[in-house]
Formats: sequence, structure tokens, C-alpha cells
Amino acid sequence: MLIKPPTDIKPSEITPEQVYRSRRKFMRESLAATAAAAASLEAVALPQRWLAERSVRPGQPIGEELTSEADAASYNNFYEFGSDKDDPARYAHEMIVAPWSVQVAGEVRKPGRIGLEDVLAGIDLEERIYRLRCVEAWSMVIPWIGFPVKKVLDKFEPTGNAKFVEFKTLHRPAEMRGQRSYFASIDWPYVEGLRLDEANHPLAIFAVGMYGKLLPNQNGAPFRLVVPWKYGFKSIKSIVEIRLTEQPPRNTWNILQPREYGFYANVNPDVDHPRWSQATERRFPTSLFNPNRIATRMFNGYDEVAGLYAGMDLRRYY
Amino acid sequence: MKAILFAVLAVPLALLGFDIWREFATPGSGLGPDPNDELVRRLGEWGLRMLLLTLAVSPASRMFGKPRLVRFRRMIGLWAFAYLALHFSVYLVVLAGAELAAIAGDIVDRPYITVGFLALAMLAPLAITSTRGWQRRLGRRWRTLHRLVYPAAVAAWVHLLWLSKGDFLEPVVYGLVLALLFAERIVATIRRAKARAGKPAGAVRA
Repeated sequence: MLIKPPTDIKPSEITPEQVYRSRRKFMRESLAATAAAAASLEAVALPQRWLAERSVRPGQPIGEELTSEADAASYNNFYEFGSDKDDPARYAHEMIVAPWSVQVAGEVRKPGRIGLEDVLAGIDLEERIYRLRCVEAWSMVIPWIGFPVKKVLDKFEPTGNAKFVEFKTLHRPAEMRGQRSYFASIDWPYVEGLRLDEANHPLAIFAVGMYGKLLPNQNGAPFRLVVPWKYGFKSIKSIVEIRLTEQPPRNTWNILQPREYGFYANVNPDVDHPRWSQATERRFPTSLFNPNRIATRMFNGYDEVAGLYAGMDLRRYY
Repeated sequence: MKAILFAVLAVPLALLGFDIWREFATPGSGLGPDPNDELVRRLGEWGLRMLLLTLAVSPASRMFGKPRLVRFRRMIGLWAFAYLALHFSVYLVVLAGAELAAIAGDIVDRPYITVGFLALAMLAPLAITSTRGWQRRLGRRWRTLHRLVYPAAVAAWVHLLWLSKGDFLEPVVYGLVLALLFAERIVATIRRAKARAGKPAGAVRA
């Protein structure tokens, strides 16, 4: 077929070469500028926008006093920044959290490295007011902003072989001084794991914020796990890798002290930590000479997860 | 001189008192979000430091050839005991909620509390018998009794080691100090034995 030049175009309708060249130049330059902005500025500004532009479904009050934001953001276990409770608040600002990407691997149909903004695309944010019970026998009530873990896992389409999920924290000694310590017994990076059915439970969430704001770095910015019926160390912070596996992953504290920290780590007042009792907990806010000691509840009071462990001896699988 | 030392050793306690006062005035300001734990921890740390300082007196007197330094040892030791006794009391009242069953359970079941309690139990008779009267009454046995300070210091260190997790910088540092203080004693004892055996004193330096 012969293509003839169209005859109905008047010379006046044709853009002069000079003009279209300059337009291309303009587009090229502005695109480059936008790309640069996207890589740096936008990546930083984007998380701020999630909260500013998206509506966050408010959480259900649980009838328990919220721990103050100041306590929740200044009393942290995040050994990547040191082992004292105030180390993370002091040093976590050294961690660069934007841009952030997550490596998805293992038994999934859609593996790969994914920018956090793409992980979050199309997912509604909601507030969840949860009790957080640390294995060290203290607890807080924190309003998280996040979304169910399942919503993210489904995006990557786990295969039929996927039985467990393994998570890894950022390993970047240059920005995480605890990882530079010669006396840390932890083999970085920090690793945690869940059974897939635990991860898919509607109570298990990924959090990107708390107290109506983005997560502070010391609380695991930009993206962390929150599993409220388990001891806090299961709720891994600053996640950079999600791997679906067939075999149970080993979690960091379990590798260090298997007698003290199990894989399940469900909150259980009847199974003591070998070094201290788990029957009670100190609930923040505490005040001097009044530790606000309260009884610890099975599954941290989240009885709806009991079905996940039907028939299991939770003394053995602690 | 003793008055100055007394005042210096009281400084951490005074600072702690100041923080307690600030804590009551504005909660969270003096001792942080977990003031009870912080108070117990700081008292314990200072107790251990002063215990090590007590053990450093006689090595220092040998190293610097100033035997009169030893007269300060009792005061430092008594301060160490005071900090550790406060450490334990605050734990009893605040952390264990003054529930006898819970305390007894803790002491029996929790090795790090057991060993900490043992350390204090070994130091208590030393504090009581630290007076001149008791020194005279016990005679030679006083020295033997007061050797209890060595196992007490080891127990206090094990207590710290057992409650550490994740990062072991602190117990390693305190452990090194303790090891050095013990090593100096072993060396000094060997030198004394050699000197007594009438070996040429060339290698022996006082």
C-alpha cells in the first residue's frame, strides 16, 4: 500500500522546525528536572503526602489510656541504634528513609524490588489502636496508621508453596551505629518471621505512621510490622525485604537465645521468660514509685487469634 | 580529706535526688519514660562502680607506693554498700511491688536476681563489721571475712552480665576492670611470696 502525503494540510498548520525543536528541548529538560525531583525531593515529600492527601480511617478506641507520643517515641528497643532505651531516639535520625524500596522474593509470582510508594499504591490507610507488649514486661497503647499485611502480600501473589514470611530490617552500618558496635551479639540484619496464616490475619498490619503522623525513625520508619498479639520483637522495624518461604525462617532473637525467645513469641502470662516473669507488665505511662503494673493477658488480650494455634502446646511452641 | 571524699562519693546520689525531684515536678523530665527502672538501674550502676573503686584502693596504694590510701577504703566500701542497698530497696518497693511472694519467687527463679541478691548478702556482713570495734573483736578472722568482697564483686558483675542482652559493651568494660584488679592482686601476692622466699629482690619492686 502506497502512503501518499496528505494534501489537506495547509503550510500554516505545520509547526516550524525551530519551534518544535525548542518544544522538544523544553520537554526533555523539564522531564529531566522532574525525574531528578522524583528521585530526591519527591521521594522525600511523598510520604508526607500519603498522610496529607489520603484519608485515614479513624481507629476504634479500646477503652484504655493511650501511651503518650513522647513515651512511644523516646523509649524504644531498636538495637541497630544501640541497646539503651534512649539510643534509638538519639541516633535514628542518621538513617535515611527516603527513597525506600523493598525486595520481595521467594515463593511469589511477582518478585522484585519495589519502591515503597508502589507497595502502598491503592491501599487505604487506617488507624489501629493496639496494645504493644514487650518481652521485657512493659507495654504501651499506640495508635498506628497502617494497613493489613495481607493486602501487600496479595499484591505479590504468593505461590502454593508459601508457608512462611520472612522479614529483614535495613542493614546499613554507616547510618546505624548499633550495627557498628563490636559488642553486639546480634548477627545483622535483624530477621523476623511469621507463619503465612498469621501474617494474613486481619490484626497483623504494616504501619507507616503513628499518632496521626509518619513513623519517627526510632519507631521503624518508614515501614514496619505490627503484630499485636505477639511480643514486640516480632514487630520488625524498617523493613527492606519480604521473602515468602516454604521452610520456617529463624528469627534473630531465637538464634541468639533459643531458650528465651521462640519463633511464635505469643504473649502468654503462663510461660515465663527464663530471666523474668511474664505474668504482669508495666503499662506506660508509668510514674515514679508507681509502675502501673497490670496483669498480662493471653495473646495480649487478642483472643480472636486463638484459632491460629488450635491444638498446639503453647508451652512448647513459645 | 575524708570529708572531701565523702562529698565526692555522695555526688551521684545527690544528682539522682535532683532527678527524682525533677521527675516529681515534671514527669518524664528527670528519669525518662520508665523512671522506676531508670532509678534502679542507676543505683545499681553506681553501686558496682564504687565496689570496683573499693577494690582499686589497695592496688593503687601499691602502684603509687602510698600505703596510707588504704584508710579511705572503708568509706568507699560503705558507700558502695549504700548504693547497692538502695538499688535493692527500690527494686523491692517499686519493681516487685513489695509483694513478698513475687520477691521470693524472683530471688529463687531468676538467676540474675539470685546472684545479685547473693552479692548484697555477702556485702552486708562486711558493712556491719567495718567498724574498729568489730575489727578488734574479730582479729585475724576479720581479714578472712572481708575476702568475701571478691566473690561479691564477681556476683555483682555476673548480675549485670545476665541482665544484659543484645549488646555487651557494659559488662565487658566492667569485667575488664574487675579482671585487672584481680590480676594485680595475683601478681602482688606472687611477688610477696618470692620476696619472702628470699629470692634476689632485683625483680621485685616493693
